[in-house]
Parts: sequence; C-alpha cells; structure tokens
Amino acid sequence: MQAWRVDVLVREDQPDPAGDAARRALAAEGLTALQQVRTRRGYLLGAELNESQVREFATAVLGDPIGDEVVIHAPDATPKPVAGGHTITVTPRPGVTDPVAHSVQKALGDMGLPVVATGTYRAFDVHGDVGLEPLQNAARRALANDVVQEVLADALPAGLPGAGGQPDLSVQHMPLAELDGDALEKLSQDGGLALDRTEMLAIQEHYAELGRDPTRMELETLAQTWSEHCKHKTLTGNVTFEGRRIENLLKSTIANVTNTLQRDFCVSVFVDNAGIIEFDDEDSVCIKVETHNRPSAIEPFGGAGTGVGGVIRDVLGTGLGARPIANTDVFCFAPPDTPAAEVPQGCLHPRHVFEGVVAGVRDYGNPMGIPTVNGSVHFDEHFIGNPLVYVGNVGILPTARAHKEPNKDDVIVALGGRTGRDGIHGATFSSLELHTESEMQSSGAVQIGDPITERIAMDAVLACAEEDLFSAITDCGAGGFSSAIGEMAEELGAEVELEHAPLKYQGLAPWEIWISEAQERMVLAVPPDKLERLLEVCAAEACEATVLGRFTGTGRLVIKYRGEVHADLDSHFLHDGVPKREHEAIYTPPDLEEPDLPPESDCGAALLDVLSDYGVCSKEWIIRQYDHEVQAGSAGKPLCGPDEDGPANAAVIAPKLGSHRGVVLSNGLNPRYSRIDPAAMAECALDEAMRNLVAAGGDPDYTAVLDNYCWGNTRDPQALGELVRATEALCALATTYRTPFVSGKDSLHNEFRAGDRTIRIPGCILVSALSVIPDVRRTLTSAFVQPGSKLVLVGLTKDELGGSVYYKTKGHLGRNVPRVDHALGHDVLVACHRAINARCALSAHDLSEGGLGAAVAEMAIGGGIGARIDLDAVRTADEISPERVMFSESQSRLLLEVPANRIDDLAANLHEVPFAVIGEVLESADLVFEAAGKAIATVALADAKRRWREPLDFDGTLTGGGAR
Amino acid sequence: MNADPKMLVLRAPGINCERETYHALELAGGAPEFVHIKQLLQKPEELDRFQALCVPGGFAYGDDISSGRVLAQEMKHRLGDRLLRFVDDGKFVLGICNGFQVLVRLGLLPRSQGRLLEEVTLTHNLSNHYECRWVTLQTQPSRCAFLPAGLTLRWPAAHGEGRLIAKDAAFQQMLCDEGFAALRYVDNAGNPTEQYPDNPNGAPLGIAGLTDTTGRVLGMMPHPDRAYLSHHMPDWRRRRHQGDVPDNLDSDGDGMVVFRELVRVARGDA
Repeated sequence: MQAWRVDVLVREDQPDPAGDAARRALAAEGLTALQQVRTRRGYLLGAELNESQVREFATAVLGDPIGDEVVIHAPDATPKPVAGGHTITVTPRPGVTDPVAHSVQKALGDMGLPVVATGTYRAFDVHGDVGLEPLQNAARRALANDVVQEVLADALPAGLPGAGGQPDLSVQHMPLAELDGDALEKLSQDGGLALDRTEMLAIQEHYAELGRDPTRMELETLAQTWSEHCKHKTLTGNVTFEGRRIENLLKSTIANVTNTLQRDFCVSVFVDNAGIIEFDDEDSVCIKVETHNRPSAIEPFGGAGTGVGGVIRDVLGTGLGARPIANTDVFCFAPPDTPAAEVPQGCLHPRHVFEGVVAGVRDYGNPMGIPTVNGSVHFDEHFIGNPLVYVGNVGILPTARAHKEPNKDDVIVALGGRTGRDGIHGATFSSLELHTESEMQSSGAVQIGDPITERIAMDAVLACAEEDLFSAITDCGAGGFSSAIGEMAEELGAEVELEHAPLKYQGLAPWEIWISEAQERMVLAVPPDKLERLLEVCAAEACEATVLGRFTGTGRLVIKYRGEVHADLDSHFLHDGVPKREHEAIYTPPDLEEPDLPPESDCGAALLDVLSDYGVCSKEWIIRQYDHEVQAGSAGKPLCGPDEDGPANAAVIAPKLGSHRGVVLSNGLNPRYSRIDPAAMAECALDEAMRNLVAAGGDPDYTAVLDNYCWGNTRDPQALGELVRATEALCALATTYRTPFVSGKDSLHNEFRAGDRTIRIPGCILVSALSVIPDVRRTLTSAFVQPGSKLVLVGLTKDELGGSVYYKTKGHLGRNVPRVDHALGHDVLVACHRAINARCALSAHDLSEGGLGAAVAEMAIGGGIGARIDLDAVRTADEISPERVMFSESQSRLLLEVPANRIDDLAANLHEVPFAVIGEVLESADLVFEAAGKAIATVALADAKRRWREPLDFDGTLTGGGAR
Repeated sequence: MNADPKMLVLRAPGINCERETYHALELAGGAPEFVHIKQLLQKPEELDRFQALCVPGGFAYGDDISSGRVLAQEMKHRLGDRLLRFVDDGKFVLGICNGFQVLVRLGLLPRSQGRLLEEVTLTHNLSNHYECRWVTLQTQPSRCAFLPAGLTLRWPAAHGEGRLIAKDAAFQQMLCDEGFAALRYVDNAGNPTEQYPDNPNGAPLGIAGLTDTTGRVLGMMPHPDRAYLSHHMPDWRRRRHQGDVPDNLDSDGDGMVVFRELVRVARGDA
C-alpha cells in the first residue's frame, strides 16, 4: 500500500545525540571510519491524504518548529541517496506493535484531518567511507533486531503493509485416536505445544472416553494450562532423592515453611498473582517477581519490557486491584566483554543483551510512572545462551480488598490493549530449550510492549476498584485469555463469545485470539448490576473495555465464535487432569580443590581488582536510566551519600504520602556459589537479602520473602538433585529466620544447545525480601557520615573464599564456599536491627561479594571519606591470613559506623553476637588496611572510585565528561 | 485571607505524577482537584472554576512523536483561546517536566510575543537517554510572580528530552536577560552551567525552567513534586546528623517553595 513518507531531521546546526549514539554503536561493530551519523524519524501516512494536508500535519505535529527540519516524499517518489554515504532504514516488521503509529492517528483526528493508516521508521544517514554490505550487516546487529525489525539499505520503506488475509474461522478437529505415542509426541512438537508423551496420552484417553476428537482450540487450551510455565509440573511433582520420596516438592518444602511459621502479617500467600502482607491497619502490600528469560534472550528490549509490563499487571490484578509502587530488576548476563568469536551462533552478544534489557526495563517502567528502586546484576559465562531477567513489582491495596471470587452470572470484561497475533505460544515456548534456530522459529513469542496502554488500563482498573465495581480480576499473561479466563472459571465455568474481542488487525483465527499473549490486557468479573458503571468509568479513562461472556456455574469452559462452539472443556480435566510427574534426583558434589595461592604480594592492587569485577562494580550507568523518584515515596535511594554515588543496601519507600510508615525492599543472589554447592547458593541468597534489608533499617521479624528459581534442565537427575538440595537448605534457613515465603516462580529449562555443546546455567535462586517498618526516619544508608566514627564488624569471619570474587580475580573457583550458621545468622540480623533501631549506627553495609575490603571501599566511596581498618581486630573462626580476612565472603556479617560515644549502647544491643571495633572513619580520602601493626594496603579513595566506576561505564558518563 | 484556592491537577493518558503534585499542593494549603483531559475537553468551562492549572509530569500519550506533543496538540486545538484567557484573567499555570514540555509545545511558554507560538523546544538530552539525578538549581531574577530569586535548590531531574533550545543563540540569551529563564542549573560554585552532569541534558546557558511574559506561568524540567518532604531529599541522614534539618524531619523539602508560593499568589495574598 503506497504512502506519504515524512522525514523529520534534527536541524543541521544542532547536535543529534541519537546519531552520535548510532556512530558509537557502529564503531563497536568495527566500523571505525565513519565521520558522522545523522538520524531521521520517519512517518508513513496513507496516500489518501493530499499534499497540503500532509504538509500541514508534518510541520505542525511531526516536526518541531524550533529543532527540526521536515522533508516530505510523495508516495511515488524515489528519495535521493545521501551524498558521500549511505542510508540505513529500520522499520518494524508487519504485526509488531508500533504505539507511535497509533498516536499519529490520534493527532490526525485532533487536527480534524482524515485518520488514515500510519506507520513509522527510523533512518540513519551514515557519512564516511564504508561499503554498503558491511554497513548493513553491522546495522542489523547494532541498530536493529532482525526478529522484530527489517533493515533496508539506501531505501525508505515502499509503503504500509496491506490488510491481513482471511483467517480460517472453522472449527478444526485434531484426530488423536489412531496415533501412537511417537506420533502424539511429534504432534506436540510440531505444534509447539510442549506436552510430553504421558500428557498427550492422557488427553487421548480423555477424548476417547468422550468419543470424539479434541478441537484445535481445546488442545491449545490444554497445552497452555498444562504448561510448565502455568502449572509448575516439576516443582509440584514427586521426587525420589537420596532414598527419600518427596511428595509435591513445592508443597512439602517452600509452602511448608510458610504454613509452619503461621506469621500473622501474612494476608494471602501462594493463591493470588502476588503474595500479600499487612502494611498498616487499613492497607496491605503485595509483591511478585517473575522471570522473562526466553523472550529477553531473543529480543532483549521487547523481552525485558514486556516482562516488566507483565509483572506490573500481576500486581494490578492482585486481590481486587493493587496500586504498583515499585519495580525491582535483577539480571544475569555473560560478561559484556566476551570476545565476539566466543559467542555461539544463535546467541546475541551479551553486551547487546545487557544494553537491550536495560533499555527495555527503562522504556516500560518509566512511562508507567512506577519507580525502579532496587536490583542487582550478576555475570557468569554460562549465561551466554540464557540470560536471566528477573522482574519484580510491589503494590499496595486495602486489606479489605485482598481477596476475590467471581460469582455465577458475573460478566467477563476484557480491558486495556487489543489482541493481535503477537505472543502466540509464549507459555509453551518458555518450557522448551533454546537452540541455534530459536531466534527465527519463535519470534511469534516475542513482543514489543506499549506502556501507555498499560498505564491507561491501570488507571481504569484502580478507578473501578475505588468504586468496588468488580468481584475478581486477573491479568492476561502467559496463555492469554485461555489462562486468564480459564483460571477465573475454574470453579464456575464460563461461556465466551470470542468474536467480541477487539483485535489490533483482522486475520486472526479464533484459536489464535484465544491463546494470543498480546500485552496490556486485564480480565475482570463484573456483577451484572455494576456493568454499566464500569463501562462508564473505563470510557472516562479512555480505556477500551469489552464484554466477552459470563461465568455460568456449569463447570464447563465453552468458547464460541459467531455462535459456533470451538471448545467445550470440562473444568476438572482442564485444571486437574495433568498427570503427576515422577522424578529421580541425585546429587554428586563436584570434585573441586582449594587453590594453592602464594601470600598476597599487594593487597591494595588486589582490592582494586576486586572493586572492578563486573559483579562488584558500580551499576550507576543502569540506575540513572531508571526513574527511581516518581510517586515521591523514595526515602532511601539506590545511590547514596553526598554525591549520590554509593551503592545502597536496599530500597526504602514511604508509599502513603504524608505518612512515615514504610517498606524496605532487598534481594540476594550469587550464581557463582552454585558451581560449588547449590545449598550454599540458596542459603547465601536468603542471608544476603536479609543482611541488605537489615542494613537499610528493615525489620527481620516483619519480613516476607520470595523464591525465584532459574535452573538448567531439571529432566537431568543431577540438575534436579541440585535443585532439591538447594531448596531444602533454603527452607531450613527460612524456618530459623522466621521469614515466610509468600510467592515465587520458576524457570527450569535454561540450557542452550549449540551444535554438540550444551551450555547450562548455574542453578539460581533469587531471594527478594520485603519488610514493613513503622518509620522510615530510622533507616540508614551505606555511605560513611562522620570522620572519627568507629567501625564495628558484627559476625564471624571464616576461611570461606570458595566462589569469592578474590579467587575469581586470580582465575580460581575454590571449594570452601560460604555456608550460613543458622542460629548465629538469625542472632546477627536481630541484634543489628535492634542496634540500628536504637540509632546507634550512622551507616551500615552488609559484607557480600568482595568481603570486608569491598564493603569498606563502597562505604567510603559513598561517603567521600576514607577509613583505617585493623585486620587483626576482626573476629575470626579460623586462623587465616590478612588477605583472607580482607576478602573472605563469610555470611552473616555487617559493618556498622558508630559514633565513638555510642559504642557502649551498641555493645548492649549486640550482647548475644560476636563483634569487634575494627577501625575508624578518616578525615582523609584514603583506605588503609593494617595487619601486625603495619599498613598492608593503602589505596587512594579516588583510585578505588575510578576502578569501581569504570567497568560498566558504557558511554563515558561516569568517568568522563559525558557522552560527547 | 481568601479561601483555599482551587487548583486543577490535570490527568491524561500517560501523565503519572498527579498524586504527588496533588499532595504537595494540598500540604501547601491549596484545594487541588483532579480533572481528566477527556472531561475537560467535553466541558472546557470547567477550567474557569479554578485559580490555577497544574500539568504534572509523566509521558502524556507515551511522548510519542515527541515529548508532550500529542497532548499539547489536543489542548491547543480544543482549549487554546480559553487557556490564553485563563492566564490573561490573572490566573496561574504550573507545568512540571512533561507538563513543562506540554506548555512549551502549546506556546504558553515563554510567550514573548503574547500569542500562542512555539518559540523554544525541549529536545533529546546530549547523553541520548533518559536520566534520573538530583541537580542544583538557582532561581533567577525573573518575571515569575511565584518564584523568589536567589534560592539554591536541590531537585531531582528525570527526563530524556529536557535540553531547552531556542531558534538561535540570541533568543536563548534573551530568555536570561529579559527575565524568562526562571531556573538554571548551577555547578558547585553556584554558576550556571552547561556541563554534564550538573546540567543533565546540555541545555545552553543551563536553562532549566521558564516563566512567561506575564510571570503567571511557570514550567521546569526538574521535579519539585519529588522534593517537597524532608525525607525526599538525598542525604537527609547526614544533614540531620549535622543539625541542618530537625531530628523528626519536620521541615520542607527544597521543592515545597514552589507549591507554597503558587498557593499564596493564587489565593490573592500579597
């Protein structure tokens, strides 16, 4: 379809930051001879407009009268090539969400012009001596993603995509009766259903009993509902491990902790989208963390963005609607400096993944108006094929609205975004391994988000919640309508008339509408007498809302399209028919040695190496791109100290404006420990989350936690054994710490096949912790405050450098991984909280990656003042060398800054735990570590800061003078 | 003293700082009220009930095409004259961040010619990305009726398109010389700066906020609505330890002055 093309250029005498960024990105791909890149924002407008209309609209709306120039190309014109260079044009592939195109249509309408079809593109005019082919290849990597975008060389898009073809609206039957096990498996595989042989046989048997074949929509619904993503078949299965049989692993471990502890602040656990705990007399807070690993591996920007969007909807759909107040994000990547030759075919370079993920989180979270307040990033080469993207959200809701239940005859209302073909088979895709061709095969499961549509849906849901207009709500996530409506109708059954679902474009078959995972949609159960008002409120919020059906009370899920029945499923079989899985698990510890290291010759240089490790170094480049201030709840920020550059322990939020009551949000994860012992990894994750929380002022006795698993292939008994071992260690510690699990999630097939090589991630459990505190004015940060303060180290230091950053900088893994002394760990958390609450401390920091050395340096960097540490004063459990005291990663340790005149108060508060005064804060900007009466390391704070800030300073804004 | 002045806090798809703006105005003694743009366009006369209009921050209509453009276009075509009358009747307008972008695209700021005409723009930060950081601002001697000159304030900036440029350097200079540039980014020494990161977007002459020809319209990129309580301020713990803020943090944050002053003038107090 021909179209007008409007190019908007930055005025020639003005800088073009996007062009400069493109030049840097192309240079990173080896095109270093480019002189300049200038960008154009391009718009396609339907050819029905006449030239004066296009000109009027382009100059008034598309181009900025002060900063831009506008060039209009007629539908049949061939644009002139760029003198002395080439043009690269990037356009979204057909069907990929293009929110800007919709805004262009709105603006046409606002100006009283005909609302024609629209599209967008982006063009880069590249000046310099470069061949077209290498440029196009570099551009495919640096400026676009092939999965969702097309890259044109020396051309503008010819026009707009035409209308879609006619879909097959007939009821399709899937003959299963005659198929044997192999054929059933093949059918599952070819259809992307991710059902195994046993499950396909169970379906075959069910339909044999019914005496008919399933319809395509029924089979798709079963595949979605039974997917690992929705049903957690591995974790809810039975496991035989070390001679024991564990019935329903999840129930007998994680859920059992919560049930045993019976903490009275728990309001709703494991049954809703998010776990809910009491906040004050009126309100509760809820928290959910999800993973979005697979989509982010293939299209990092869209994958991470829609992950954020998804977890926000989880919270919005918790209880009868919660208001999101904070985002938290944790990533695991391969090192960003991995040589291109070491990146297996089918994987994106880890730096592209990293930058794309950060941009995706930024461009979804910021427009949503939800602060991204907390997170961490971890690096290990095993994440090359399976980067991990954990996305979390915290919300607040009235406790009286924490529970929901649809009623018979309630109307099913869908609201928010429209349904498109994007995101088909996301739930089943996430249950399969990635391999070399995944990028091309599974692009339907990858999407681009539209945060403003979600923001509108959020405003509408919260406005309806305020008037109590619905009796149940959930989000459309994995499985789309099939899961959302299917789950809500589990008890009652429902009848759906799918032809009412608003579509982004024509051409979808009914089964596609039913399972599409198009973003930004919510499903509500609305009492008939409240429907009119609900539709009114949605209209006032400019939010599209549509009646799709009703809850019937028959216990059957009936899906119709224009009167024809496409599915008629028994709720009982749909939700409980999946065969229970039986698993074998074994655990054989790896054969590892401690390295035989000579005594450290230069502890100062070793400290600088530790500080510049990717895992330890400053994450400011990421943090600054996230809005962490919106909603004005921030009382403890991600960067602290007078220059706001120190690393925070945890986020502190006062979510109710005008009140000082608050929450503290933290996390813990260390994938490297898992390579030595998954049990250590799991314990340390919980201990680290709790240390971070306590160091920021959280209350360990009023804290709920979440478990988020990312594991290799758990069909391998060893991998499953590692998971069981980790789970049991985690649960034992959580029981001692009295921290209930309130929600969790698992992602279990994180391995990548490249030829004959299989790369498996180390088993990871991310622990997120949420504490409620009465007064945010009693919280603190990690930045030193006052020269002359004493430094007090709480806890015991042991010879535990296995998996440490220090060993890593020496090229070793080691064996003596840190373990947690459960009783001591609990006492340390409680005692430190007591001391902090009594305001004995001016600042506090937990000891984690990099040990004491890194902790002291980070507190000094934040405070802008130095410290002197006497390593001999540290309470140790083993006879160990000074460098080991400096870099041991023993758990359950916190470093407190205490005014000299408060040491006695502090001692009284710490009566049950080991601690020692180990040094003091200096007036000067030096870090001095002493042993046996002499300095073994003296580092200028400026050097420490530079080395700590350099590694992830991707555009020179941290250590240089800015991006120019 | 007159009754608490009514203040319209505009809502629109993608506006997302309306709650904190509302709360700050309420604390300052105003009587804020949310009005959705859809409602306002249906009944434009609603505007006349208010003493002040506040356009909060956010990403109106996704900031698609360019920041604030679609909302500004909608308001210009369907409210334009009424907005001008609102200001010329002696009422007040405040735009924060995205709200500032909307007022600039509407032509309400700086309005040196008196007509609704786009005279400056807010374009992409030189860093080419969104950035959230606290900045130091100095209030300038300006036409603004509700921003005292000579204050040094710390507010957070959080934007991707905040670089204020005019059609030429002479106009940019005029904004400072003629009292339109109400707020400028300053360095440690208190001098207006174009240097990153003190100036987070690279705006020439460090212009961070503008008033209009009447002094009754004010817009700025950084967020006073995120700095109005003591515990919003970064490093409040150190400042409390040093005795700069009361122990119970019962004092205004640096952003509160804008809301207090706006309420004062909207109330009709001298």
